Amino acid sequence: MLAPSGLGRSAWREAATVTSPILQAEGVHVRFPTPGGRVARAVDGVDVDLGTGEILAIAGESGCGKTTLARTLLGLERPSAGVVRFRGEALGYSTRALKAHRRAVQLVLQDPSGALNPRHTVYDAVAEGLRIHGIHGGSGGDERQRVATALARAGLRPPERFFLTYPHELSGGQRQRVVIAGALVLEPQVIVADEPVASLDASVRGEILALLLQLRDELGLAAIVVTHDLGLAWNIADRIAVMYLGRVVEDGPVDNVLVAPHHPYTQALVSVLPSSPGAPIVLSGEPPDATQIPGGCRFHPRCHVLAGGGADAVGLAQRCRHDDLLIVRHAGGGSHEVACHVANAVTAER
Amino acid sequence: MTAALEIDELAVTYRGSRGEIPAVRGVSLRLDAGETLGLAGESGCGKSTVAAAVLRLLPPGTHVSGRILVGGDDVLAMAPAALRAVRWAGASIVFQGAMHALNPVHRVARQIAEPLLVHGTAAKGDAERRAIELMEQVGLPAWRARSYPHQLSGGQRQRVMIAMALACSPQVIIADEATTALDVMIQAQVLTLIKRLVAERGIALVMISHDLSVLAATCSRLAVMYAGRIVEHGPSGDVFATPQHPYTKALSDAFPTVGDPAERRNPRGLAGDPPDPTALPGGCPFHPRCPVALESCATSPVELRGGDDRQAACVLVEPVRPRPRQPEGA
Repeated sequence: MLAPSGLGRSAWREAATVTSPILQAEGVHVRFPTPGGRVARAVDGVDVDLGTGEILAIAGESGCGKTTLARTLLGLERPSAGVVRFRGEALGYSTRALKAHRRAVQLVLQDPSGALNPRHTVYDAVAEGLRIHGIHGGSGGDERQRVATALARAGLRPPERFFLTYPHELSGGQRQRVVIAGALVLEPQVIVADEPVASLDASVRGEILALLLQLRDELGLAAIVVTHDLGLAWNIADRIAVMYLGRVVEDGPVDNVLVAPHHPYTQALVSVLPSSPGAPIVLSGEPPDATQIPGGCRFHPRCHVLAGGGADAVGLAQRCRHDDLLIVRHAGGGSHEVACHVANAVTAER
Repeated sequence: MTAALEIDELAVTYRGSRGEIPAVRGVSLRLDAGETLGLAGESGCGKSTVAAAVLRLLPPGTHVSGRILVGGDDVLAMAPAALRAVRWAGASIVFQGAMHALNPVHRVARQIAEPLLVHGTAAKGDAERRAIELMEQVGLPAWRARSYPHQLSGGQRQRVMIAMALACSPQVIIADEATTALDVMIQAQVLTLIKRLVAERGIALVMISHDLSVLAATCSRLAVMYAGRIVEHGPSGDVFATPQHPYTKALSDAFPTVGDPAERRNPRGLAGDPPDPTALPGGCPFHPRCPVALESCATSPVELRGGDDRQAACVLVEPVRPRPRQPEGA
């Protein structure tokens, strides 16, 4: 739909694999006290790297900790343990350090109708970030130019035509473009988008996703997209991290993880997509809440491989039930990582 | 054979502060017992209005014309008493927001029992027992009977709604975005349940959703609505895989097939929003967004055309039929 210009897509993908990560979570834990006196382990030991110019999808069901992880990477939550690094530097939590971080790493909100003040014009909505960060450059001159550039980059052209419009005069897709322009105006290096198209009509979804791809291709803008929608990851992401109950259970290139998933949870998620061939693996029950994470592998009470005797057959059922495990590089290929006793043992043998 | 549900030239016009809003503009459908039909479309296309019209749940003052037959009886011509008999027992609706559709201060078993009591199908003590049986059929443990809606998860609340819809053994169930707000795994559980119940009981099911891929996987036939009309209709597999109307194609492209190389790093969609029903474009209402519109599309409206089994409302349909889907950019 949109032809890539500037650096080609493949060039960015290669760049992403060789350069050092721009944004990282290292052993991050985020714990919240709950009214009952228990502690919710929303994020429970996560390592994630975002490469320069990379689009990373963080996927999982509600309550898996994906939004908390994204907020932690933005500096909106402070990890209970572990470190967030931006360009290799550990993130500080002074007001000044956070302000600088949030300029470089911008949040794109989910619902454009809620994110925009109905009484602010498009110009004011986009210029707000500049004003907060004290980037004035005289009355109108520089600010006007920056707002126009951001709107044009978000695909609202000619930008001047949109300056004085109000959100209600725009279509859903245009509103989401205004929200994205508001993030772009500060010239960030990373954008974090939480369910960027979930509240949009189906036919509009494609143009917004195409815009995120185009921004990466033209500006090298890295992005973290938090989503429950694996189709979205297939549409735009380079890499995907699948979360279950506070942990990343599978992480790797989208073409590997979604085509040949190794973790039983990812296998089940992929199998229930309406377009998936074969019988769906419908897990019964629901994930427990984050105050009651099961011992052993946290997925074991719902695991179809364990229940079906697959773990017993390779003598690992006891480990599944009693040994917690971290995600490790999968022997099968490249940067594909899996947190499953059985999957890891089976490939290690080969 | 009498159809379980027959809708004939249904038109619904709301009266709002901005004047008349023609939400549905001539929709005809027929569904036999045991059949499943997916009704797809985006916000404002009129799909939920069709659902509400079947049980006459529209606001007072709304103008409705056409015919709606549930098991052969004309719903639009019914006296209030007959209409009450049809609601729940002839046809029932599973609504989208179970949290808002359930009464927060009543225990769930009592709510499931309510339609049974209203219809006199069960005496008071019996009704609770039936309610618990229904809960077990939809996969809710019996001890949940005494729970309040807020104590249940979204998936469990949706199951309560399904149990209520089943209570009086209706011929027709309309599921209006019944699984949209659920997580994928819970959605898969609820869809499996709906499919099983429909097959076991020979219920005619109308499933309404914006998600064409879910409908194609669950229903045998698909109807796609745009601006108050059906623009394409046919067997699910055909409509989803080889759409004839450009709008259906755009909608089907919006839900990518994971694993399909043509859709990798290639999101597709349409520019613009669905039209405002009070200011519909002339000619084919889709023409301002249509990637293949002809000049004539702006002026001449198009009716559904094609065979009995497969129809689409597009001038481009007749000459080449069926059109294979071309992967863009391939």
